Amino acid sequence: MKRFLYELSESWRIAAAQMRSNKTRSTLTALGVIIGIVAVTLMGTAIAGIQIGFDKSMAVFGDDVLYVEQWPWKRVDDWWNYRDRRKIKTDYAEQINRIIGATPNSNLLVAVPTSSLLRSVKYADSEVSNILIRGTVSDYLITSTFDFKEGRFFNELESRDGANVCVIGYDVADALFPSESPLGKSVLISGQPFQVIGVISRQGTFLGLFSLDSIVVMPLKAFQKYFSAKSDSDVLIKVKDKTKLAEARDELTGLMRRVRGLPPEKKDDFSINEQQALKSTLDPIKNSIAMAGLFVTGLSLFVGAIGIMNITFVSVKERTKEIGTRKALGARRRTILLQFLIESTALCLLGGFIGLVFAYLMCFGIGKAFPSFPINFSLNLVMVSMIVSVLTGLVSGFAPAWSASRLDPVAALRYE
Amino acid sequence: MSLITQSRPAGPIVIDIENITKDYVMGEEVVRALRGVSMRIHSNEYIAIMGPSGSGKSTLMNMLGCLDTPTSGRYEFNGRNVSAMNDDELAAIRNREIGFVFQTFNLLPRADSLRNVELPLIYAGIDLETRQERAAQVLHEVGLGDRLHHKPSELSGGQRQRVAIARALVNDPSIILADEPTGNLDSKTGEEIMALFEDLYHRGHTIILVTHEADIARHARRTVHLRDGLIESDDGAGVSQFESIAMS
Repeated sequence: MKRFLYELSESWRIAAAQMRSNKTRSTLTALGVIIGIVAVTLMGTAIAGIQIGFDKSMAVFGDDVLYVEQWPWKRVDDWWNYRDRRKIKTDYAEQINRIIGATPNSNLLVAVPTSSLLRSVKYADSEVSNILIRGTVSDYLITSTFDFKEGRFFNELESRDGANVCVIGYDVADALFPSESPLGKSVLISGQPFQVIGVISRQGTFLGLFSLDSIVVMPLKAFQKYFSAKSDSDVLIKVKDKTKLAEARDELTGLMRRVRGLPPEKKDDFSINEQQALKSTLDPIKNSIAMAGLFVTGLSLFVGAIGIMNITFVSVKERTKEIGTRKALGARRRTILLQFLIESTALCLLGGFIGLVFAYLMCFGIGKAFPSFPINFSLNLVMVSMIVSVLTGLVSGFAPAWSASRLDPVAALRYE
Repeated sequence: MSLITQSRPAGPIVIDIENITKDYVMGEEVVRALRGVSMRIHSNEYIAIMGPSGSGKSTLMNMLGCLDTPTSGRYEFNGRNVSAMNDDELAAIRNREIGFVFQTFNLLPRADSLRNVELPLIYAGIDLETRQERAAQVLHEVGLGDRLHHKPSELSGGQRQRVAIARALVNDPSIILADEPTGNLDSKTGEEIMALFEDLYHRGHTIILVTHEADIARHARRTVHLRDGLIESDDGAGVSQFESIAMS
């Protein structure tokens, strides 16, 4: 064991001396690894960034909320079977709440109706279009994950009376009230004035597809008064205990069948959606994109590894006589193997370290230039890159190191 | 000459080879480099192995140095059977029992004298402090106490060979195996190196000198001549012959 440690430290010294005395060669060889590590690291940060964005988007749905809707959150091949389903009605929420209230030990907490459509929103001379107008009740707050930048959500009284009040998303506030607080101002939607009582803080985009901040939320009663036609309605149900999601789901299915008056022989004519199910449909897509990206960038690291292997072979050839001398002095096969493995590993570690520094600077630059670009440079990534560098060194150095360790001492000593 | 050998009390047997052969396959041809060599070398002998090129001299040196194993025959080093050893066992024998001195010195160019001499101790698993202490001490003994931190390129040929001799001595080996140790030196420096070997011999070391120069071989107390893979003459063989008679 002790001898192994001495041999190890001796090997590190040789590796360092070798790199010092062949600066150009070492730099050029390490460059291959540098480029490889930069590519893999940048791809890693991008993938981690996408993952974080994905999780953030998913979090909007809440992991303890069930969505009763006409369509499921996945691709369906028999869309015609879904198209003709009966619409989901907002008053289901009230019926469900009544049943929940009468059921002891129910897994469900509360049902909240929502109705949505797209409209333009005006204030003074400004107008923003394609805003999601959503009517709901004050309990909506329980099923949601957002915070308020300023103001508040509408209360139970306003909800019941259908008051002309609304809560606006960050983008809406930003577009219509660039230099003043929207609180207390009235915005026009389809010619109807609504007083702004709250602004939701920035939610970002959903998978980068559409903004979650282009939204106006108002009491359902008011919504139905002005926009009842052509709106889509859903019912959101908050679950008491998210570890019992499956039980809650079963209970809700039974409830919905009762509310819809479905006889036992008929299939469900509604979908119960949840975050987890959506995740599991999107995960394979996301993972295969990540795998493909890593594979392509991994190729550049592979090229770098071939460079290391090549230079280690050259190094073994050049130092055949030295290997012979070392063997004559008592170096065992393992010692020689270790020496060249450490040389190739040291080169890869050096390349990996420089590559990481470059990657970090590039991430920093990209982050500064495009703040919305999803990038995440983590300590984990640093560790993984270093481990990948070491593995690259070991794998690419193995063949030359093995051939060096197998050299016949007599032939090696005679080599000129 | 045999009088000199016999006048010294023969130490224990270090090397005992019997009927050693070595064949090399060169393409289709089998070269029989050694055709059956037997000899015994005792502790504190000073022996020269001579012969023209192609005589099997180098092959015999590789065998004695445990760098190679014989095709057939028996080789015992300090009573241990070398012919049956694997690579790592041979490496251990070379490390502890044999000090090599090469014609081309074979020093590590980027390491200073101290590090060069330390090398066998690293392979022997000796700790850093002891290593440096012993390496410095041996360098003092060969007259290079003031050259510990010089690189080979900063030393003269004679000094380089002294570093190499220090490296051969540092593990206190049973034999010193020198292959044309003066071949790359001018005659004056060569004589200095031979004087150093003489000194080592008087201090009790066992020295095997491989050379084709009669002037150099003259320093040894026993000379073995090889020709065509066989021992042509061995002026010290009498000792072992008498011994084997006595033993049988």
